[in-house]
Amino acid sequence: MPAVLELRGLAKDYPGHRAVDNVSLTLDQAGFYSLLGPSGCGKTTTLRMIGGFEQPTAGDVILNGESVTALKPWQRDVSTVFQSYALFPHLTALQNVEFGLREHRLPNVTERALKALQLVQLADKRDRLPAQLSGGEKQRVALARSLVLQPKVLLLDEPLAALDPRLRKQMRGELKAMQRQTGVTFLFVTHDQEEALSLSDRLAVMNKGRIEQFGAPEEVYLRPATAFVAGFLGAMNWFGKAGVRPESTRVAASPPEGVLLRKGIVESLLFLGNCIHLNARLENGECAIAEIPRDQCPYAERETIWLHWQPADELYFE
Amino acid sequence: MNLRASFLLPSRAWTAVFLAAPLCIVAAYSFLTRGDYGGVDHPWTLESYRRLFDPVYLAILWRSVWIASLATVLCAILGFPLALFIARAGRTKNLYLQLVLLPFWTSFLVRTYAWLFILRDTGLINTILLRLHIVNTPLPLLYNDAAVLVGLVYNFLPFFVLPLYATLERLDPALLEAAADLGAKPFSTLWRVIIPISAPGIAAGSVLVFVPCLGAYLTPDLLGGGKTVMLGNLIQNQFTSARDWPFGAAASIALMAISALLLAGIMRSRAARELM
Repeated sequence: MPAVLELRGLAKDYPGHRAVDNVSLTLDQAGFYSLLGPSGCGKTTTLRMIGGFEQPTAGDVILNGESVTALKPWQRDVSTVFQSYALFPHLTALQNVEFGLREHRLPNVTERALKALQLVQLADKRDRLPAQLSGGEKQRVALARSLVLQPKVLLLDEPLAALDPRLRKQMRGELKAMQRQTGVTFLFVTHDQEEALSLSDRLAVMNKGRIEQFGAPEEVYLRPATAFVAGFLGAMNWFGKAGVRPESTRVAASPPEGVLLRKGIVESLLFLGNCIHLNARLENGECAIAEIPRDQCPYAERETIWLHWQPADELYFE
Repeated sequence: MNLRASFLLPSRAWTAVFLAAPLCIVAAYSFLTRGDYGGVDHPWTLESYRRLFDPVYLAILWRSVWIASLATVLCAILGFPLALFIARAGRTKNLYLQLVLLPFWTSFLVRTYAWLFILRDTGLINTILLRLHIVNTPLPLLYNDAAVLVGLVYNFLPFFVLPLYATLERLDPALLEAAADLGAKPFSTLWRVIIPISAPGIAAGSVLVFVPCLGAYLTPDLLGGGKTVMLGNLIQNQFTSARDWPFGAAASIALMAISALLLAGIMRSRAARELM
């Protein structure tokens, strides 16, 4: 598979700070990629440099083997789904989808736009104005408006952030299906680790303007390259220098033999539906979490317990 | 009387005494006969309104509409880029707004007189052109339609810029980025996104310019030199030298009716509903 998008040493300076620092990334054709990181880590700025809305201080954006760094947004064969959707309020759903087709002077504008609306199951709302659409529907119109142009890469800037949690989960599934169906490369920016892990073929974890790790979700979750990645992709218990995930941390009422363990007391029990989070206070005063099946929790608050784990589950960082 | 009503009382009294009452008087006068030495006399008649349809007066009406329309279009051409620039100016926005409002620090009359000094034969422009030997005789810049237009556009430009600025300022910058992203070059974005979305502001600005321009009296009087007669001058003339109060009153009512019809038309449009 040839690389469809390549970032080479991309950097962006703002007065007083460096928002993006030497970001290099290669995206292959037809993959689902994520940029994951906390707010202010530079992921949106990176996306905006790919879209052409920000000029990089250094580095290159290469699309299909050609540098587009100097090109304006309307000259780049990528399209963005904005966080606020940015639908044109004076145009109907159909006219919004037609907008780009008309700008590119393509034939059969209405026919193509209708097909795109069908793809997002909104053909029946084609004549509604954005103000008459729900958040999820606006989201889909925005998606259709970008996808109808068959961009080389679709850039999605936290597109699910404004939706309520239930809708967010539903749209997540639809996004993935849409990517598979269209074969367009998706680059998805999010601060939600669950979204990034569940959607991506590969994800890049960003922190302070840099990419800390780029890999498949499993790889990044199970073998995080840095303490930041480990902590950002899920809770982490720190037993000395070793980090252990809550789901790898077991609980016993008496000290088991032949395993690594720590003594502590049960501070609280959180019932999460599918499992229970046992928050323990260790002897050294630190906290740790154990994720245990809900039918295997005979413990009570204030009870003394032993947390134990396998050496293979330990993660070490520099 | 409750508190709300008592607070409204002064403005209601003011409106009744200084707006509604004079309006009723003007309306009544327009149906009376002219007195021999000004003023009005019996009997009641529709004669003044009939005379409005005299070709001479229709020409004045048409001319007023034409000049007011031209002034509005010129204000739009000058005001749109200005409003857009200010709305996108970031932190210096307030400074530019102050500059737009700066002319209001002096009176309308003084500002219009200032144009006399710029445009007359021995004025600023002609002096410079003569000294530089670009022309040999002063250009006739004053006392014509163009001079009136310059005065009107100058005086009413802020009334176009401010409401337009208010709508442009609320325009989500992401919409402009979305347009560019979808392949629209800046001019196309202007035409297909910015102008349609700011239509309510354009409509409001146009009304605020067109209506006072239609009834303008001072500017055509000073800069048009009496040659460029507009509705406002006609009305003034009837109440003073012509001493035909009923006809002046009828012309006033006609002017108001045109403005009201125009406003009603715009209020009913989609643009106005969005602005409300």
